[in-house]
Amino acid sequence: MKFERYGIGIAKGLSVTIRHLLRRPITTQYPEQRLNPSRRTRGNELIWDKDKCTGCGTCAKACHIGAIHISTSTNQVDNKYEVQKYEVDTGYCIFCGLCVEACPFEALFLSYDYECARYRRNDLLHDKEKMVETPERKVSGYFYPKRAAKLPKQSLLVDNDRGKRHER
Amino acid sequence: METTKTKEIVINTEPFVVNFGPAHPSTHGVFRMRMTLDGEVIMDMEPVFGYLHRGLEKLAEERTYTSCIPLTDRLDYLAPMSNNLAYCLAVEKLAGIAVPERAEYIRVIIAELQRIASHLCAVGFFLNDCGAFMTPVLYMLRERERILDLFDMVCGQRLTYNYMRVGGVSQDIPEEFIPALKKFLKEMPGWLDEYERLLKDNEILLARAKGVGILPRDLAINIGASGPVLRASGVRWDIRRADPYSIYDRFEFDIPVGTAGDCYDRYRVRVEEMRQSLRILRQAIKDLPRGEVRSEVPHLIRPPIGEAYGHLEGPRGELGFYLVSDGSIAPYRFHVRAPTFINLTALADMMRGWKIADAILIFGSIDICMGEVDR
Repeated sequence: MKFERYGIGIAKGLSVTIRHLLRRPITTQYPEQRLNPSRRTRGNELIWDKDKCTGCGTCAKACHIGAIHISTSTNQVDNKYEVQKYEVDTGYCIFCGLCVEACPFEALFLSYDYECARYRRNDLLHDKEKMVETPERKVSGYFYPKRAAKLPKQSLLVDNDRGKRHER
Repeated sequence: METTKTKEIVINTEPFVVNFGPAHPSTHGVFRMRMTLDGEVIMDMEPVFGYLHRGLEKLAEERTYTSCIPLTDRLDYLAPMSNNLAYCLAVEKLAGIAVPERAEYIRVIIAELQRIASHLCAVGFFLNDCGAFMTPVLYMLRERERILDLFDMVCGQRLTYNYMRVGGVSQDIPEEFIPALKKFLKEMPGWLDEYERLLKDNEILLARAKGVGILPRDLAINIGASGPVLRASGVRWDIRRADPYSIYDRFEFDIPVGTAGDCYDRYRVRVEEMRQSLRILRQAIKDLPRGEVRSEVPHLIRPPIGEAYGHLEGPRGELGFYLVSDGSIAPYRFHVRAPTFINLTALADMMRGWKIADAILIFGSIDICMGEVDR
C-alpha cells in the first residue's frame, strides 16, 4: 500500500490515547470499594421461606440440574406437607433462577450476596436451617419487583460523569 | 519438491506442517489450525474443531423446553441474548405461541444491545490481533461494560442471562432501565467516533488489513457464510430484512455492506452495524408500549408433533435452531445452525497464499466464538 502522507492517522490515534491519560479511571479497587450489584442479582445462595412452602416440589421439578432435594412427610397440616428435608447443593446450582420462577407460593428466592467462596465442599450444601432469610443474608429482587424496590440502587457506569463529554 | 536456483547455491525446500493451537492465545478459545507452510507462506490450512464439545444438542433432548434456555446461554457466550431469542423463536413457531407487543419491543431492544456488545468485543479483539495491543480492546470493553450493566439490571447476571422465555421475556424491564438506556444512547455515538479517530485512518492498520484475506462474493454465497463476513463481501443479506422475525419490519435501518471482502471491510461493516443498531434502539424506545411481557404458557410445553426452524440475524450471522417435537415435554431433536461454524469453513480459502502473520488477522476478522462452533 502507498500513502501520500505518512503518520497523520497514527498521530490522530495517539491524540485519543493521550487524552485518555488525563481522564479519571472508571475502575474501582474491589475489596475496599464496592459497587452496588443489580437489584435482581441472582446471588450465590437460595433462600427458602419455611412458612410459605407447602412442600409441593415444583422447584425440584423445575431444576434441570437436580440440585434441589426435597422430601416431605405424608401427613398434611393446614393443606401443607411437612417438609422434612430441603437441601440445595449450591456446588451444582447454576443460578438460572428457574426454580424461583416456578414456585407458586413465593417461598423460594435467590440471595443478594455474590461472594460465596468456601473452603470446604460440605459448606456448599445448604439445608433448611441455613437457607433462612437474615439481615446478613438479604433476598434479591429477582422475579419479585416489590422486594427489588427495597434494595439499594444499582451503580451504573452510564451514570459516571466520564461519559458526559460525549453526550449530544 | 520446489527447487530454487540462485547462482550456484541450490536450496531444497519442502512444505512442513505446523499445528497452530489448540491452546494459543490468538485462537479465541480452543481451536487448532493444521497449517501446511512453504517457508512463511500458507499453502493449506485444515481447521480442527471439537476441543470444546460438550454435547449440548444431546443434553437438550432430555430437558424440558423451558430448561433448554440456560443451555443456549452457553453456546455463544459473547451474545447469549441472541441465542435465547433464536431458541424461543423456534419454540414459539413449533408450538404456535403468540408474544405480547411489549415483550416484542423488549426483545428487540435487548437483541440490538447484545449486537453492539458483541461487535465491540469482535472489533476490539480483531484490532488486538492486528497488533494494536490491548489499547482499543480495553476501550471497547469499557463501553461493553455499560451494556452489561443494563443486562445485569434486567436479568441479574452479566454472562449467562437466561432472560428470554417462550412467549415473552422472564420479567418486565425495571423503571430505571429506560433512563439508563437513553443515557447510553446519548453517549455511545461519541465513543464510536472516538474509535474512528483512533484507528480508521491508522496507516499500520490499513497496511495490515486492506486487501488481506479476501473472500470473494461468489465463494461467500456458496459456502453459506452469513453475517458481517458475508456482507463485507458485498452481499446485501440480512435476516432482519430478508425474513423479518419479531417486529423488525417496523424499524428503519440500513444494511452496511463492504466492497472488497477483505479484513478491513469486515471491520468496517461491524462498526457501521453498531451505528445502525443504535438507530433501531432509538426507534424502539420511542414507541415502547405498555402491557404484559409474557403470554400464558404452561410450565411444561408440549408442542404438537412436527418440526420448526427459527432463525435470526445474530451478531455473527444467521443463528438458527431446528427443533423436532414428538409431542412430549422435551425436544426430540435440537440442532443449532451456528453461524461461526459455517463461516469458519471459508477460512482455508481466505488464508491460502498469505503469510503466517496474516493468518491471525484473517482468523480474528471472522469473529468466532468456540462455544458456538463446538457446542
